[in-house]
Amino acid sequence: MEASKKTGREPLLRTVKRAELSRKKTMILRAASVLLALLAGGIFLLIIGFNPFTVYQTIISGAFRSEMAVQATIRIMIPLLISSLGVTMAFKMRFWNIGAEGQIIMGAIFATYFALYQNAMPHVLLLIIMFIFSVIGGGLFGLIPAFFKAKFNTNETLFTLMLNYIALNVIVYLRDGPWKDPASSGFPKIARFDLNAQLDSVLGVQAGWIIALLLTAIVYIYLKYTKQGYEISVVGDSHATAKYAGIPVKRMMLRTMFLSGAICGIAGMVQATGSDMTLATSVAGGVGFTAIIVAWLARLNPAAIVIVSFLFSILEKGSSVMQSTYGLSSYSADVLQGIILFFVLGCEFFVRYKFVGRKGGAGK
Amino acid sequence: MSTVLNLFVAAVLAGTPLLFGTVGEIMNEKVGHLNLGVEGMMSIGACAGFMVGYQTDNVVLALLAAFAAGVAAALIYAVLTITFMADQNVTGLTLTIFGVGLANFIGEYMLNHSATQSLKLPEHISAQIANLHIPVLSDIPVLGKLLFSYNIFVYIGIVTAVICWYYLQKTKTGLNVRAVGENPGAADAAGIRVIRAKYINVLIGGGICGIGGAYSAMIICGGVWISNCVNGLGWISVALVIFASWSPVKAIYGSLAFGCFSVLKYYVPKSIISIPNAFYDMLPFVITALVLVISSVRQSKENNQPASCGTNYFREER
Repeated sequence: MEASKKTGREPLLRTVKRAELSRKKTMILRAASVLLALLAGGIFLLIIGFNPFTVYQTIISGAFRSEMAVQATIRIMIPLLISSLGVTMAFKMRFWNIGAEGQIIMGAIFATYFALYQNAMPHVLLLIIMFIFSVIGGGLFGLIPAFFKAKFNTNETLFTLMLNYIALNVIVYLRDGPWKDPASSGFPKIARFDLNAQLDSVLGVQAGWIIALLLTAIVYIYLKYTKQGYEISVVGDSHATAKYAGIPVKRMMLRTMFLSGAICGIAGMVQATGSDMTLATSVAGGVGFTAIIVAWLARLNPAAIVIVSFLFSILEKGSSVMQSTYGLSSYSADVLQGIILFFVLGCEFFVRYKFVGRKGGAGK
Repeated sequence: MSTVLNLFVAAVLAGTPLLFGTVGEIMNEKVGHLNLGVEGMMSIGACAGFMVGYQTDNVVLALLAAFAAGVAAALIYAVLTITFMADQNVTGLTLTIFGVGLANFIGEYMLNHSATQSLKLPEHISAQIANLHIPVLSDIPVLGKLLFSYNIFVYIGIVTAVICWYYLQKTKTGLNVRAVGENPGAADAAGIRVIRAKYINVLIGGGICGIGGAYSAMIICGGVWISNCVNGLGWISVALVIFASWSPVKAIYGSLAFGCFSVLKYYVPKSIISIPNAFYDMLPFVITALVLVISSVRQSKENNQPASCGTNYFREER
C-alpha cells in the first residue's frame, strides 16, 4: 500500500496474501489445475494432429492393458518412488539436494562391486551386503555436499548438481576400464550380473517394490513421529529457531543428508540388480531429477509420493505404448509432464495469494 | 606449436555454446533468479533455430527464431517465478524436462515427416555458418587462425558477453538490476521497478541461451538434427556461472577453459599423459565443485552469487 503511493498510482492488479485456504478448496484448485493442464496438453496434441482423447485413453490403457504392462509400470515406479523419498528427507530441512542422480549412481556402483567380484556367497547374504553398501555409497555421496554446506555454507544446489556428473563419469570410467566386460566385443559395457546377485521377483515384479513400500512407511514414521524427524522440520522452518531450541543444526544436516543419499543409493542398487541386471550409465537416467518434482508435487508427504510417482509411471509407460502403436514420440511424455507441472506450479500461487483489483478488496 | 594452436581453436569452438548459456544464466541470476532451465531453454532455441534455418535457409531468421524461442521459454519461467512466485528450483527443472522433451519431440516429428528421414541444413545456410574466411585478416599466419577463423556465432557470442558486461557494470540500469539481485526490497524502496527489471533480464537471458542452443544444433551436431543435441551443455553453463564469478567477461575465459577441457582428450598425446577419457569429461565438474568450495571459504562479497538468488520477491512481505 505504501508501495503504490510511492509510484503515485495504484497498480491495476496487485498480489495479496490469502488467509489460509480450506483443505477442500485447495484440493479443488489443484484438481482444476491438472484438468486445465490436460486441456492444454490436449490442444498441443490436436495441433500435431492427434485426438487427445485417444491419446489419454491409450496412455492409461497402455499402462494397465495386461499383467505385463502393469508389471512394467511398477518397475518404472520403484526407483522413482525410492529416490523421491530420499530427496524428501533433504527437502524437509530445506536442503536442496539436486544430487539424487549422483547418489543413485554411487549406490549402484558400490552394490555392483559385490555383484561382480564378491558374488561367491549365499544369495541372501550377498543381497544384504549389496544393500548395505548401496546405503553407504549413496550416503557418503550425500554427505559430501552436506559437509561443505555445514562447514563453509557452500551452495548445495550447485554442488550436488556437479556431483551428478562426476558420478556419471565414474561409471563411464569403470565401464571403459577396470570393470569392462572382457567377454564383450564392440561397445564397452559392464558384465551382466551373476544370477546369484540378481534381485528376486515377487509377484512377477522385482522385489524392489517391497523395499520401496517399506521405505515409504519408514520415512513416514521417521519424519512424523520421531524426535529426529521433528528436528528436521524445525530446521526447515528456521535455522535460528532450531539453534535457539538447542538442535545441533550442523550435525543434523550431516545425518539427514546421509540418510537422503542413502535412500537414493538404495534406488540405484534396486535398479541395477532388479531391473537392469548390470550397471549401465543410464542407471539413474533422469530419475533423480523427476524425483525432485514428484517430492515437490506430493508436498513432501510420503503417502502422496506413492500416488504421484505411480501417476508419473503410468504416464511414462503409457506414452511408450503410444509410441509403439501410434508412432507418437515418447518425448510427448516429457512435454505433457512439463505442461501439467507448469499448471500445478501456477496453481500453488492461488492457494497462497490472490490478485486484488484497483478498486475494492483493498486491505482485506 | 600447431597442436597448441589447434587446441585453442577447438576450445573456442567447443566453448561458444557454453558462453551463450553462461551469459544467459548470469542475466537471470543477477536479478535473483537461479534458473535451472538453461538446458531446456537452449534445447527449445536449438529446435527453433535449426528448424527455421532448415526451412528458410536464412541464417538471420534462424538466429532470430532461436532468440525468440529462448525468450518464449523464459517467459514461462518468468511468469511462474516472478508473478506467481513458484519455487525456482522446481520451475527450472520442469522447464528443462519440458524444453528438452519438446525439442526432441518436434525434431522427431519433423524427421518422420521428411522425405529422407533425416534433416540436414541446406547448402546456403551451411556456408553462412561455416568458419569465416576474411580476406587478408584470416591469412595472417597464426594470428589469422587464432582470431579470424571462426564461425559467425563465436563473434556474436563475444560481443553479447561484452555488451551484457557493459550493461550490468557500467550503466545505471545495470546498477539497478544488480541492486534487485542483491536486495529487491531495498531496490523497490529506492524506486526501482523490481518486477520489470526481473522480467526484462530473465527474458533476455533466455533469448541468449536460445542462441547457444542453436549453436549446438547447427554447428556442434554438424548441421544435422540429432535428438538431445544440447546434451548437458546447459547444465555445464549453470556451473560455469560460478566459475566466471557472475561476470559476463569472465564467462568468455571460463567458456574457453571449459571448451578446452572438453576437447583436451583429443589433443593430449596418450604417450605423455595417459588418463581415461572419463576423467577428462569429469574435469569441468570437478573444477566447478572446487571453485564453489573455494569461493564459499573465501566468502568474498564482490564475486559472489547475488544475495537474493533463489528466493522470490513478494512486495508485501518485506
